[in-house]
Order: sequence, then structure tokens, then C-alpha cells
Amino acid sequence: MAKSQVAMKVNGKTVEALVEPRTLLIHFLREQLSLTGPHIGCETSHCGACTVDLDGKSVKSCTMFAVQANGADIRTIEGMANADGTLHPLQEGFREMHGLQCGFCTPGMIMRAYRLLQENKNPSEEEIRFGIAGNLCRCTGYQNIVKAIQYAAAKLNGVPFQEAAE
Amino acid sequence: MIPGSFEYHRPSSVQEAIGLLAKLGDDGRAIAGGHTLIPMMKLRLATPAHLVDLSGIADLKGIRADGSDIVIGAMTTQHELIGSDLLASNIPILRETSLQVADPQVRYVGTLGGNVANGDPGNDMPAVMMCLGASYHVMGKGGERRVAAREFYQGAYFTALEDGDVLTAIRIPVPPAGHGYAYEKLKRKIGDYATAAAAVVLTMSGGKVADCSIGLTNVAETPLWAEEAAKILNGSSLDAATVKRAVAAAEAITAPAADARGPAAYRTKMAGVMLARALARAKSKARG
Repeated sequence: MAKSQVAMKVNGKTVEALVEPRTLLIHFLREQLSLTGPHIGCETSHCGACTVDLDGKSVKSCTMFAVQANGADIRTIEGMANADGTLHPLQEGFREMHGLQCGFCTPGMIMRAYRLLQENKNPSEEEIRFGIAGNLCRCTGYQNIVKAIQYAAAKLNGVPFQEAAE
Repeated sequence: MIPGSFEYHRPSSVQEAIGLLAKLGDDGRAIAGGHTLIPMMKLRLATPAHLVDLSGIADLKGIRADGSDIVIGAMTTQHELIGSDLLASNIPILRETSLQVADPQVRYVGTLGGNVANGDPGNDMPAVMMCLGASYHVMGKGGERRVAAREFYQGAYFTALEDGDVLTAIRIPVPPAGHGYAYEKLKRKIGDYATAAAAVVLTMSGGKVADCSIGLTNVAETPLWAEEAAKILNGSSLDAATVKRAVAAAEAITAPAADARGPAAYRTKMAGVMLARALARAKSKARG
């Protein structure tokens, strides 16, 4: 099958490559670009482990072909930390609030939370839970993920983080 | 899971897409948001030799008023429906329904056109479109035609679309100002298809139902328009006895499959429960 030429921006860098049309975006990112942060979980667009940010949307990269992302601007977890190695407030929040145990869901969770906070700078707990409903975590029970996102929202808004009373 | 090989086409006009699909025949398949088709391709339940991606066609996007109707381009995403002020003020049941479709990531990509066109009885929008009396603009070899949503669905994954047709837009008559509405969906978890769901749009006048329409999701091979149930409610104050009769009439037209969501009798009963709840909530929102 003839390969197609694609060009897209990934974490700020322009990449060009030849892909088979059937190559899923997640396989392109992981195997051709060696970006193994986005994970392959359920493969049926339920779990959200493969979530990346694409043209201002959170998308499940296991349910999109790389050719469909031609021309897109993509951000993965690898593009979240600052150039000097300091963490993005979301990464810091997940560390500080123990928002992960095994860590498998974390790259997708953070990329989804990133877009959620772009659209809603100060979400309520309910809005956070509804906003990350497409990402499954089997360790944390979500409590600390919600706190991690609240932590990041506070930091991004320049206000002190107040943990809700238990 | 990796889909079978295919050739990829990205036409920039509806005419070009129709030409491609006509030429490709059974080998070609249109793809909208792909959140039904791509999982099916990964499972090799679908193995199209050619994919015709509709996402590059600007004419298939956007939401506009046209007289007393609102016309929504087929490639408009669920996320865009949720964010539309025009829809929020004129047909708010769409926003309410979209928010119950799948999850945020799927809603950024999944389209209204794909949801109504592929004939999956689990999809939420078809019953809402039947409830609203929507019609679909379909372009094919013979030009454009319009098909009423109430006549579109023939069986699971079987619709009035012929090979080579593209559903280009959804036309919805704006319900009267002050109408009540609700989409009640029972599901096991966020992202699930409905165990059963009911859409209601009604207008009240002097405390009585002046007009009422009901759609049911995922309780038969096709979405259902519960015409008899609505007739029973017209002229009533939605008193308990009348609602009970209408619920029984709606339950009578269901024929759900028994699956992981429950046995058939349970799903029929839940369709009735969803209808009763939707009626109560629609009434509480209606003026008049």
C-alpha cells in the first residue's frame, strides 16, 4: 500500500514522515517519533491513556490515523516540562498531591487536564470529574487526581492552593 | 490492534466526495469523526479498501439559522454543538444530549452527521432528531434530497442512505419559544451507550399539553418515535394516570436486545422510567 507524506508540529518541532494510511496516530508517535509518553491502553477509545492535545482538542490518538493529523499541532506529555527541566504546574501537582500510583494513566490524564484548564481556568470539583471522565485510572480512586488538577489550577491562577477539608 | 490496509482520500468538496464514493462502490467508505468506524476497523469488523475522509470539506461544517429552521453541517462535532449559543437558546435539548454522549475526547472529534448517519441503535442523536421532526440533507448521484429522520432508520446499521450518498446537513425546525425538553439516559457509566433513553419535547398551554413528541434510544433495532404515547398525552395535564398510559404505550413499541446492559424486559421497563422522568422534567421547564 502506498505511503503518504505527512507533516505536523509535535511539541513545537516540525516533523515530516511517510506513513501507511492505516498507521494510527498513537503508533506514529510511539514508534516513528519515539514519544512513548502517550500510552496504549484499551485500544477501543475508552481509557484515555493515549490522549494527546491536537489543535486545541483532547483526542484519543488510538482512534485517529496519522494521515488525519497531517498539518496538525500536537502536544504530548513530553512537551509539558519547561526547557530548563522544571515541571509544568500539572506535573508538579500530580507529584505533590500523589495523583498517581502506577502512572500508566498519568500522561493521558495530564494532557486532558491541560486542555480542561485551558477552557475553564477555575473548574469546580464536579467540573474536573466530568472533564476527565474519558480517562480511566485503576489505582487512585481519582481523589488525588482531582486534587492535583486543583493544585495546578491554583498555581496557574497565581493563588495559594487550599486543599478541601476531608 | 491495527486496521487492514486501505487507501486514504481527503476530498475538499461534497461533489468530489460523491464522485469518489460512486467510483469506489462497495470498496469505499466515508469517514466522519471515525469514533465508530475506526474501532470497527481495528477489530476488522470493517475492512474498507478506501476511506473517504470528509473532514476537509468546509461546506459540511457550521450551524446556521435558515428561516424557522436551524441547519447543522454534518461534520459539526458534539463539542461544537455544546458550545453553540444559537443552539443553546433555540434547541437546548441538543446541548443536553451532547453532554451525555461518550466522553470529552470523543465529543471533540465525533460528529453529529456521523452519529445520525451510521444507524447504530445505541447512538443518542437519532431519537432526538425523530423527536424534533428533523430532516437530513442527502447528496448523491441524483442530486440532493431530504429524508425525514422519522423515515430514515430501517434496521441496525441500515438507513435510507444508498451507496455513494453523503449526509451533508441536519435541518431542525426550531421548537416554539417556551417549550419544555429533556433527554433522560440510563447508562452504566459515563461513555456507555444507553441501557434505555427517552427524548421529550413538549409545549404547554393553560396547564395542558398542547403538543408533545417522544423519541426512544437503544430499545429496538432502530431509534423509535413514540407517536401513540405522545397522542395519549396531548390535552392532558400530565397527571399520573395519563402518564402511566403513555408510558405503557411507549413500552409496547420497544423490542430491545438482551445484552450486558440487562435483559430485554428490564430495558423495556427502563425506557418507561426514562420517559416518565423526561416528561416530568420537560413539564417543569415549559412555560404556559
